[in-house]
Amino acid sequence: MSDSTSNSTPDSASAERNPSNLRAQVDRLIAEGAFDLAARRLAELWRRDPASGTASFVTLRIDELREKLRDRLTLTKFKLAILRSFTVEPIVPLLRAEAFAYGIDLEVHVGDFNTYVQDMLDAQSPLYRFAPNAVVLAVRTDQAAPELWRDFADLAPEAAQQAAERVVRGYEQWIGAFRKHSQAALIVHSLERPSSPSLGVLDDQSEAGQSGLIRQINRDLRRIATGFHGVYSLDYDALVARHGSEHWHDERKWLTARLPIAAGYLLQMAREWMRFIVPLSGRTAKVLVVDLDNTLWGGVIGEDGMAGIKVGAEYPGAAYQALQRALLDLSRKGILLAVCSKNNLDDAMEALENHPGMLVRAKHFAALRINWTDKAQNLREIAQELNVGIDALAFLDDNPFEREQVRAALPEVTVIDLPRNPLEYALAVRNCAAFERLTLSAEDQQRTEMYAAQKQRAGAEQTFQSKEDFFRFLEQEAELEPVSDLTLARVAQLTQKTNQFNLTTRRYTEPQIAEMANKREWHIFSIKVRDRFGDHGLVGVAIAHDLGEQCEVDTFLLSCRVIGRTVETALLAHLAESAAQRGRKRLVGWFLPTKKNAPARDFYQQHGFERQEANGAASLWALDLTSSKLRSPEWIKLKVTTEATPGGKN
Amino acid sequence: MTASTFEQVRNIASDIFGIPADKITAESSPETIENWDSMQHLNLVLAIEEKFGVQLDPEDIEAMKNIDAVATLVEKLQSAAR
Repeated sequence: MSDSTSNSTPDSASAERNPSNLRAQVDRLIAEGAFDLAARRLAELWRRDPASGTASFVTLRIDELREKLRDRLTLTKFKLAILRSFTVEPIVPLLRAEAFAYGIDLEVHVGDFNTYVQDMLDAQSPLYRFAPNAVVLAVRTDQAAPELWRDFADLAPEAAQQAAERVVRGYEQWIGAFRKHSQAALIVHSLERPSSPSLGVLDDQSEAGQSGLIRQINRDLRRIATGFHGVYSLDYDALVARHGSEHWHDERKWLTARLPIAAGYLLQMAREWMRFIVPLSGRTAKVLVVDLDNTLWGGVIGEDGMAGIKVGAEYPGAAYQALQRALLDLSRKGILLAVCSKNNLDDAMEALENHPGMLVRAKHFAALRINWTDKAQNLREIAQELNVGIDALAFLDDNPFEREQVRAALPEVTVIDLPRNPLEYALAVRNCAAFERLTLSAEDQQRTEMYAAQKQRAGAEQTFQSKEDFFRFLEQEAELEPVSDLTLARVAQLTQKTNQFNLTTRRYTEPQIAEMANKREWHIFSIKVRDRFGDHGLVGVAIAHDLGEQCEVDTFLLSCRVIGRTVETALLAHLAESAAQRGRKRLVGWFLPTKKNAPARDFYQQHGFERQEANGAASLWALDLTSSKLRSPEWIKLKVTTEATPGGKN
Repeated sequence: MTASTFEQVRNIASDIFGIPADKITAESSPETIENWDSMQHLNLVLAIEEKFGVQLDPEDIEAMKNIDAVATLVEKLQSAAR
């Protein structure tokens, strides 16, 4: 799609891009049928003016665009139910607009006031009929623990303790029922502590004061959440504290409209929910590409030199160290870092390797593009080198011009708008929902090292005459096992995130995987791979179910970093062999094409499957297990575990 | 009343009620705007508070009978704040 303003500078564009002009542009573009561009302008309007009125404008237009956009699969559909004890309706448009800016088409169901208990307990309730992907349980302390909130000074210490325990038992029971009736994710608000406890400063002189008991409830809620798959805690108390209890609350609106949150903070509530919705919907960024001059350090290395650039423990260099700390935290969560900078390579590397104030070093970056080429081109190359889609990239640059260029050329990239003041850089990165994760696998924590090993592999591959020689040299070892409690989170994560080598692209949550694993006719395998350069971790998942004489492949996927190393053949051979052992005669599977899974298109054909039928672009393939010669390649050392580890979770 | 306050209020109302700004007059009210129900009234209040950095009392909210009344109220609150 061509962008009429992509060649003009941001400055000349800014006049025509003010909020009221953008509104007019959006309506004109919709009338003209230019839906893609209309959607981009709509997202831009929201970025520039994220206010309540704008949210209403944006959500009305999203509804107009929905049908047209869904055909192009550019938006991820997500259904959120909000169970609540207070008015949340004015937050909904803000939330939907914010979700839209992240590429999510959010449908929201709001429960009736204070019906959350029956909604969760009753399998026939409107909540379950809505079939949400995720549910927010937003209950305020005054409703969840009225005795502790209102009449605390009247309670004997024992009675107060019992009241706190009753609150926790209630939550435990509702959450247990919820998990029985639904596989949706559940986000539980923690309880807010009173800003003015009933006994004043005396309250904090005891563990069992008003504040102390609410803290105890919150600790227990967190413990309950960790006991279930897909139940998460939202620290509402900390959220209020972050923005300041006195600013956050609006007593007048609470008394007249049951809305406790002041107008200026409704957006912050929506954004906090987004930090869960973005990772749950899979619209996360996997790579953060950073600029160097005036982003990673203050000043321009090519002009100011090693002694002139600012990065260190003291102001102003401290702002850049704070940003670097935020980057290292992302890297520990498995988000890859990369550099894209217009610089002389030697100058930049000197600072990256040797500047005493730097916390991040060249080794922390999975890819480096330090040259004078156009940034969009560099970003495309980085995505290719790291084997991720363009939409998996986030881009951090102090220069608004570069940001606009990237937005115009690569609208799929998450572009972070850095504030003008470097002291605010770190927070801008930390607040970006695209970097949120709800679970961390061992693979996430070692990802940077894994990519370093990948570079060595690519180098080695070029020195071999034949593929087979290279495979033997790799000394791959694969471990096949049924899904277990230890691997459940990673298996679900792979179904959520894998786009390229994925035959059916079916997305599953942890509870869904757990439920499948409990059924006798379903078989879920994972494969871990390591080779002479390092450990890839758990990189492949196959899900199959027996049906009469045949076994159908429901899901077959492999992380892109091991594609083409014949690991896929080993996994498929295992699926075939285990199905044959269970007495199945045929292994069948669909290939469901998407925009991204072309690498898997010929997979069944290459492994001796025959095409059975086609349904549009989708095709069904079958392998006769009685005559199949499908075997795992001899150069992969296989270890097969047949028993799943017994589970301890609900 | 300055033209700009009225314009800004009208633009907010246009966003909230989903109708073009030029269809909204000083006399526009819940009787003439179909969408203007109690929930949209709350949304209008919140958008006004956010935009102009003011806080409305329950009595103010009651008094917002039409667009002209809203704009007058905003002007009053803004001059009181100065």
